[in-house]
Amino acid sequence: MSDRFRFLRTTSGAIGAGIVLFVVLVAIFGPYLAPHDPAAPVGIPLSGSSSHAWLGTDFLGRDVLSRVLYGGRSVIGYAAAATVLAYMVGMAIGLTAGYARSLVDPVLMRSVDVMLAFPPLLFLLVLIAGAGTSVAVLIIGVAAIQAPAISRIVRTATLEVSTRGYVEAGIARGERAFAVIGREVLPNIMAPLLVDAGLRFTYSILIIASVNFLGLGLQPPNSDWALMISENRTYIQLNPWSVLVPAAMIGLLTIGINLTGDAIARSLGRSYVPRATRSVVS
Amino acid sequence: MSPVLAFLGRRLLGAFVALFVASIVIFAALNILPGDPASVILGRNATPQAHAVLTKRMQLDRPATTRYVDWLTGFVHGDLGVSAVSLAQGQHDTVWQQISGPLKNSAILAAIAAFFMIPLSIGLGVIGPIYPGKPIDHAISVLSLGAIALPEFVTGSLLIGVFFVALDWLPPVAIVPPGGNPLDNPSQLVLPVLTLLFASLAAGVRMVRAGMTEVLQTEYVQTARLNGVAERRVLSRYALRNALAPSVQVLAQNLQWLIGGIIITESVFAYPGIGTTLVNAVQNRDVTVVQSVAMLIAVVYVVLNLLADLVVMLLVPKLREPV
Repeated sequence: MSDRFRFLRTTSGAIGAGIVLFVVLVAIFGPYLAPHDPAAPVGIPLSGSSSHAWLGTDFLGRDVLSRVLYGGRSVIGYAAAATVLAYMVGMAIGLTAGYARSLVDPVLMRSVDVMLAFPPLLFLLVLIAGAGTSVAVLIIGVAAIQAPAISRIVRTATLEVSTRGYVEAGIARGERAFAVIGREVLPNIMAPLLVDAGLRFTYSILIIASVNFLGLGLQPPNSDWALMISENRTYIQLNPWSVLVPAAMIGLLTIGINLTGDAIARSLGRSYVPRATRSVVS
Repeated sequence: MSPVLAFLGRRLLGAFVALFVASIVIFAALNILPGDPASVILGRNATPQAHAVLTKRMQLDRPATTRYVDWLTGFVHGDLGVSAVSLAQGQHDTVWQQISGPLKNSAILAAIAAFFMIPLSIGLGVIGPIYPGKPIDHAISVLSLGAIALPEFVTGSLLIGVFFVALDWLPPVAIVPPGGNPLDNPSQLVLPVLTLLFASLAAGVRMVRAGMTEVLQTEYVQTARLNGVAERRVLSRYALRNALAPSVQVLAQNLQWLIGGIIITESVFAYPGIGTTLVNAVQNRDVTVVQSVAMLIAVVYVVLNLLADLVVMLLVPKLREPV
């Protein structure tokens, strides 16, 4: 096994990666396996499991299993979109601040401090109250919450790398800033950023799912694990699967990513990695 | 000026700047971003007359800067404004009327959670490093890693699944009648408190654990042990004290997470607190309520941060030196 995948040899790393792989496969291929249309009623509302609907039906009589199989795409897709967007903005700011220090640095650092002094979920709720509930608002909001902290990490890594000989050699050769950043700086800050990106992704999942649960993100009749929990929780006694299965899927995904991230961090030789998950969540 | 005062002054200034920026962000997001708050509150089917009336009642004809200054001065003086939705309905409910009850309920819930959280996270965090590699150490670290990853609404739903659906021991909701006291029915607070504890505890345990592990490897602990100081005394006098100083900040952070967690947890259990009030206001697009509640939460958040800095500074004399 190559060095890069050393974390898989640890128990927690292997278990975590296995769990993540399972949930991601369900999210991607689930819709092809679903026995019913996730939006169509197939039986009496809130009936228990039967041969027709293995996990029973939800409060509108739709098949819980089919909705679970369809409901992972939005959870993973939106979180991925928000994380990528946050990284695009954060990298741009962080690289500029770290490479051309005097320009953006002071402004950036102060704005990050202010963001850290403000509960992120609150920021998101205020944004939604102003701009309305839509997927675009949700993704942009989650990206906006994460971008400052990402830019800070990118800046620190860039600062450290910028003083190395190979960067100075590039500058001395008369290469343009873009070329130096692209060829010399970026490849050398990738490793720590990948671990960070994993944690940010978990965080995006957590907060997007939380907002969907509050009914302020994705709207019915979409199938989404968080939405399923909030729709059916009043009737949990009648068909517990309609709440517990989507809850377990979200739980498996976030626990799996955390286990994997922890194992990767350990294999990189860092005993302690600050956990993005909670430190920003609420 | 003494370094302590200088430090305090810097932190206070920072807190004020943060709150000032927060107030601008909140106001801009709710008043400038939507374009016209009146049509947002009234929805798509509003008649022009209703729109004109609400614009007048909310005094939206004045420039945004004037409204911002008025809101902020009012807020500083304890006047949180009037609910925009109630104005649209021809009533005049102040924000304070709407939130005073929920605020009390939330404070009670948070206080109970904090009361258990602090001793538990210290206790559980210290056990692991004392018995390194033993089953209890592994159990605590695996459990806390799992708990930290779960969002509150998932934890809450799973707890309801176990304690209500399967065992039928505890109620799945925590309903308090208006003007009632949540403590009148303590059994319904158990699951919300557990949900809050589960997430925030895990982070605290991990931090205390990291601090304790580090301290147990220092030379002064080694020296104390080699001098034949009883292990119990080594732990309590030498290790724990030094491990706790950095943990104070973390515990304060946990209290901040409680504030965020409480918004979700209250919604899971339909508990009438400040979180459910905020979520309802966001759903109804009641911009004035959201504005003042958000600002209020931001103030609490920043004050907690400030208090944590203070306590840490009192515990660790090193930090008082000028940098």
